[in-house]
Amino acid sequence: MLTLMIFLPLLGFLVNGIFGKFLPKAISGWLGTAAVLGSFVIALMSFMDLTGDTTIPERIYTKLFTFLHVGNFHVDFAFQFDRLSAVMTLIITGIGTLIHLYSIAYMHEDEGFYKFFAYLNLFIFNMLVLVLGSNYLMLFFGWEGVGLCSYLLIGFWYKNADYGKAARKAFVMNRIGDLGLLLGLFLIYDTYGSFEYQEVFRSVFAGSVESNAVNTAIALLLFIGAMGKSAQIPLYTWLPDAMAGPTPVSALIHAATMVTAGIYLVIRSEAIYALSPLAREVVMWIGLATSLMAALIGLKQNDIKKVLAYSTVSQLGLMFIALGCGAYTAALFHVITHAFFKALLFLGSGSVIHGMHHEQDIRHMGGLRKKMPITYLTFLIGTLAITGFPFLSGFFSKDEILVSAFAHNKLVFGLALIGAGITGFYMFRMFFVTFHGTYRNTHHSFDKVHESPWLMTLPLLVLAVLSVIGGVVNLPHYLGEGISGILHHTLNYDGGGKFSPILIYPEHAPEIEHTTEWLLLGMAVSVFVIAFLHTRNKYVVQGAVPEADSAQTGMGKVLANKFYVDEAYDTAFVSSLEAAGEVVGNYVDDKAVKGLVDGVGSGSNGISRLLSKIQNGNIEYYLVYMVIGVALLLAFNLF
Amino acid sequence: MSILSVFNQVEISHYIYLSTVLFSIGLFGVLFRRNAIILLMCIELMLNAVNLLFTAFSSYMGDADGQIFVFFIMVVAAAEAAVGLAILVLVYRNTRKTDVSFLDQLKG
Repeated sequence: MLTLMIFLPLLGFLVNGIFGKFLPKAISGWLGTAAVLGSFVIALMSFMDLTGDTTIPERIYTKLFTFLHVGNFHVDFAFQFDRLSAVMTLIITGIGTLIHLYSIAYMHEDEGFYKFFAYLNLFIFNMLVLVLGSNYLMLFFGWEGVGLCSYLLIGFWYKNADYGKAARKAFVMNRIGDLGLLLGLFLIYDTYGSFEYQEVFRSVFAGSVESNAVNTAIALLLFIGAMGKSAQIPLYTWLPDAMAGPTPVSALIHAATMVTAGIYLVIRSEAIYALSPLAREVVMWIGLATSLMAALIGLKQNDIKKVLAYSTVSQLGLMFIALGCGAYTAALFHVITHAFFKALLFLGSGSVIHGMHHEQDIRHMGGLRKKMPITYLTFLIGTLAITGFPFLSGFFSKDEILVSAFAHNKLVFGLALIGAGITGFYMFRMFFVTFHGTYRNTHHSFDKVHESPWLMTLPLLVLAVLSVIGGVVNLPHYLGEGISGILHHTLNYDGGGKFSPILIYPEHAPEIEHTTEWLLLGMAVSVFVIAFLHTRNKYVVQGAVPEADSAQTGMGKVLANKFYVDEAYDTAFVSSLEAAGEVVGNYVDDKAVKGLVDGVGSGSNGISRLLSKIQNGNIEYYLVYMVIGVALLLAFNLF
Repeated sequence: MSILSVFNQVEISHYIYLSTVLFSIGLFGVLFRRNAIILLMCIELMLNAVNLLFTAFSSYMGDADGQIFVFFIMVVAAAEAAVGLAILVLVYRNTRKTDVSFLDQLKG
């Protein structure tokens, strides 16, 4: 079953990839969707088995074949389906199915239709390998696979050179992170002698409980990998550019699933992080810095997808704050709810772009709520969920992160709260400017704007429902002990001592008083209210329209230019490397290497021209040479 | 008094001088004359200078090996002269000359 679950998408990829050219579009699209749906159904059934039946082990383990076997080095191509993998799998295949469905309508005019579905299926396959592999090497296999698919899909419209550059940027940035991950893996093998999760964590647990330098080094190296994939400072700049890909891709890969691979990696390696407070501090501060910075940049973006991209970076930062505080459940909870509402928001923005005939600048939109009621409604729900409207999914998950941050470090809490507040500002700004006010586009008349077909609105509605009720997977305890903390119990399940748990070091709920907790809730809600009222007043009542980037001044200019990080990287790395390349190209290669090679050529040419003079065909000369030669030989022998 | 002892009455160094002179005459003839027939004759002269030396040493050492070598050389020299003269005849038919410097036309 497990094997079938993983290989269904691969099958879909192969069929679409090989025969897609000859299939009608409808078949290609539905085939791809069906493959992922099949995986989802199997995953759901396996998950029921896993949690419902206490007699089966805590993980379903399948070994397919031996991956590598060299001397003592042995790695299996094996999968394990435990509770953590199960949650990730359900997100990936569930959201994946909805987005496949959506893509059938969104991409129907594209000539690369079958290719798109082939890539999407390949991505799902690789992502499943990533979360279901039973050892770090399998994870790395999937990790590289999703990186490749990300590259292919960002550059899907390869005829636009800028999109190709964005794809390359994403690939190169991820490569930097992957190097860290790879070094971390080497260190793990060197220290613990295995790549298998179970054996590694057993060795970690059996070893000294005190943090040691090796564990810290491993944790930090793994985090560098997570930085690349999950777009954290300093490797986050690829994610906003990745919006060059088709919108369903942004929803699936660059919001809901692939970018959470870094979170998964850290949760999976909890045993290693638990032993290294230093590494967790680093994770937390990096997450915090990323969260704040991305949120600030989001305030001044005018491209509807760029706003969502920076929002994604910011939310990922929030998840890393939770990880740094040791609140693994909170992080995973936010991964789940974020997958719901961010996929919803991206698909909603795709619906807007579709309805507006490929217009992405929110300054050219406005008043769309009359034309696109379903998109408007679902987008509103998504916006409310991400900004933390009480009792929607995002409210619970974000609150849980804030509470654990409060228990861990008051300063971090304060800054994270500010970051969460800024979310409200940029999200409502985008929402109001897009859907309220007056229509401002001069290229297309308002009559031409249309609501999307049902294939696109259906996933929106499903995701909207999930965004509303998504919080039930881990309700806070103040809503009643019986129904709360389902995810927490799932992750911290120790199998009654019979099985090895997922979190080797179980986490404890942060101990804070109830009054404090209510106070924190009140603060979060009031930040939400302030953001809502302010943006509504500015963009709806006063009808303001965001300025163009070039009209920005002061701090706004800095934000609109994304803190000049891209420019700084350009100067620090790209230009200096290009200058070095110039030197090597012009001097080392052109002068030295070329001189050497050419010298050998022209030198032998010259010598042969000289020597060919003595072969003049005159026998007398030949005889003289012969005599001289013999005389020389004799002379050598005699003396 | 056998023939061998007659040979031995002359000192070995005289043989060496004689054959060196003969060889040098042949060598310089090969180097500086242009007539192909004279070239062949000079080569014969060099070979025979060597032959003389072989026989002289053979007698001096009381060892027959040198004389056997002489026979070999004579056979090879006869073959060489036959081939060489045949080539020469063909060259002459083509060019009406026996001057070897004319053969530089063979060069590519």
